[in-house]
Amino acid sequence: MIERIREKLNILADAAKYDVSCASSGSDRKNSNKGLGNSTGMGICHSYTEDGRCVSLLKILLTNHCIYDCAYCVSRKSNDIKRAAFTVQEVVDLTINFYRRNYIEGLFLSSGIFKDADYTMERLVLIAKKLRLEERFNGYIHLKTIPGASDGLMHEAGLYADRLSVNLELPTDAGLKLLAPEKDRRDMVQPMNYIKNTIQLHSDEKKHFKNTPKFAPAGQSTQLIIGATQETDLEIIATADKFYKGYNLKRVYYSGYVPVLNDSRLPSLNTLVPMLRENRLYQADWLMRFYGFHASEIVNELHPNLDLDIDPKLAWALRNMHAFPIDINKADLHMILRVPGIGIHSANKIIAGRKFAHFDWEGLKRIGIAVNRAKFFITCKSRIIELKEQSSDQLKQHILNLSKTKYQALQATQYRLF
Amino acid sequence: MTYLIYDSSFEGLLTAIFEIYDRKIEDGFICKSDSSVNQLFSTHILVIHNELKAERVWKKIVAIIGEEKAKSLWKAWLSELPDTENLIFRVIKYILSSNSDVLSDYTNPDILQISQTLKMIGREKHRMEAFVRFELTNDAIYYAKIEPDFNVLPLLIKHFESRYADQKWLIYDTKRDYGIYYDLSKTEFVDFPEENDLSKPGVLNEKESHYQILWQDYFASTNIKARKNTKLHLRHIPKRYWKYLTEKK
Ligand code: SF4
Repeated sequence: MIERIREKLNILADAAKYDVSCASSGSDRKNSNKGLGNSTGMGICHSYTEDGRCVSLLKILLTNHCIYDCAYCVSRKSNDIKRAAFTVQEVVDLTINFYRRNYIEGLFLSSGIFKDADYTMERLVLIAKKLRLEERFNGYIHLKTIPGASDGLMHEAGLYADRLSVNLELPTDAGLKLLAPEKDRRDMVQPMNYIKNTIQLHSDEKKHFKNTPKFAPAGQSTQLIIGATQETDLEIIATADKFYKGYNLKRVYYSGYVPVLNDSRLPSLNTLVPMLRENRLYQADWLMRFYGFHASEIVNELHPNLDLDIDPKLAWALRNMHAFPIDINKADLHMILRVPGIGIHSANKIIAGRKFAHFDWEGLKRIGIAVNRAKFFITCKSRIIELKEQSSDQLKQHILNLSKTKYQALQATQYRLF
Repeated sequence: MTYLIYDSSFEGLLTAIFEIYDRKIEDGFICKSDSSVNQLFSTHILVIHNELKAERVWKKIVAIIGEEKAKSLWKAWLSELPDTENLIFRVIKYILSSNSDVLSDYTNPDILQISQTLKMIGREKHRMEAFVRFELTNDAIYYAKIEPDFNVLPLLIKHFESRYADQKWLIYDTKRDYGIYYDLSKTEFVDFPEENDLSKPGVLNEKESHYQILWQDYFASTNIKARKNTKLHLRHIPKRYWKYLTEKK
């Protein structure tokens, strides 16, 4: 018996792992019914894979049978692999037993499409429903919804899940046409729209009626595959920005394409995963979400791709030297956040601490800012001024020499191939 | 130097601070009873915790900075780091002398050090919330052993109580030799005189090993070999935590 479950788990976890989203944060489900679990605030990473990714949710497919043939996907119909399918009860038991042992924050369930979108979606919803109603489970549930599923099923999904996602997968429409010709962008956008509107509706109702049921309290997210087609970073970030704004997404995930399939439309099998580029995209994403940057400040027609050797914040600063130096003891938070080498926590500490006394270089070092980087962009209570007249290029070289980035080794190997 | 040797309880520390103020000791230095102080050439005072005296110091601090922030001093104390008592003493002195909430004065090295200690404590608490691995016993108790760097067990109660409200659980700190046990209605501190051996046959539920194997399988198959990054992996789960992690056994 256990051998059968083991085999299924191996196949269906393996097929699900390329979906990089693992977050279990942003929900507010308390354990008020003295049932099992809760999901409030930040989710917990219970473990880390050997590639350093957070393991927070049991991430599996219900099945890897699929009627579609998307070129980038291991589960595609024409791929000659072992297929498996869990029963509804098997997924429920695994989730509950993993959760009770403190292995996971909850379940991330998606599926290949068998029969049709609604048939598949119905089963995903049934699992979430059983967990909530029969097992009184308040842990995190993320359902990856099936493009083309009916509004009724989407609605039910939102009543039981904390987060819903529809993966856009390819950043451009041209890419989608090339690699997944059977798929229609509209089938992805329409459920996203439905989710957005329903969340809005529920939060409006909540203001008037306290007992309004939750609807996807942790919002919706999506994933973009990076490097499977020839898109620019500008196209990726523009897509992300559009969906953040237009569909109220909580997160956009960027997943460096892992070459697993031989197909003339795809990068060849020995291409390396573009991990550095993926990392830069996440940095850019953070700048947009937490640092008050506008997408066009990060990439634009003039600079359509992110600099690989420096992070996007430093790149922006170097392009905008006229905005610096700023006085750390006077500048407002908005500008302090834009200084390379100063993160959100340090910025807040500066704002709080300078009410008591002014910061000098020592004080700044003590609160943990990267002074050897920041010093070119700020002044403080100290007469030594670090900012010498140098061009952006000189400064960039200078900083690069100072800080051997942790990606240099990685970069060296990545560049060798091109 | 006047050494105040306290009984290693937080009330004891507060009592010692009370004595410093009460006796107007100028050169007070606080240490735990198990630390080796050269008692020949110095004045030393043995401090036994006194509820009334401790309470007076505590109330005074709470009045100035509020309960939540006062508690952070207790949390810093749980770090058991060398000399934390004197750091806490200096910070309390600063709070009392300025008579205002100075805990956000990050230009002050002591405040900064307290905030760094709290960060370390917080990280350890989070790690334990993540790394606890329960094993189901035949008595229907979910049982876990941990060996945290700091004494964070008292800080874990709330999280595990609200999450696992419908199962009995016990988390045992093998380094400090005590545990917290939740019996479906309340959580209590417990200690066992003899080592509880889970490897003995018949202690664990028969299904337990199944789920451990399934979890190990899951952990292995969710890894993407093409993205291997051992350094990052070790930064997230330092080796000293592997001992009780089912997936790393
Ligand atoms: S529909 Fe989904 S599971 Fe099926 S081939 Fe396309 S991406 Fe893969």
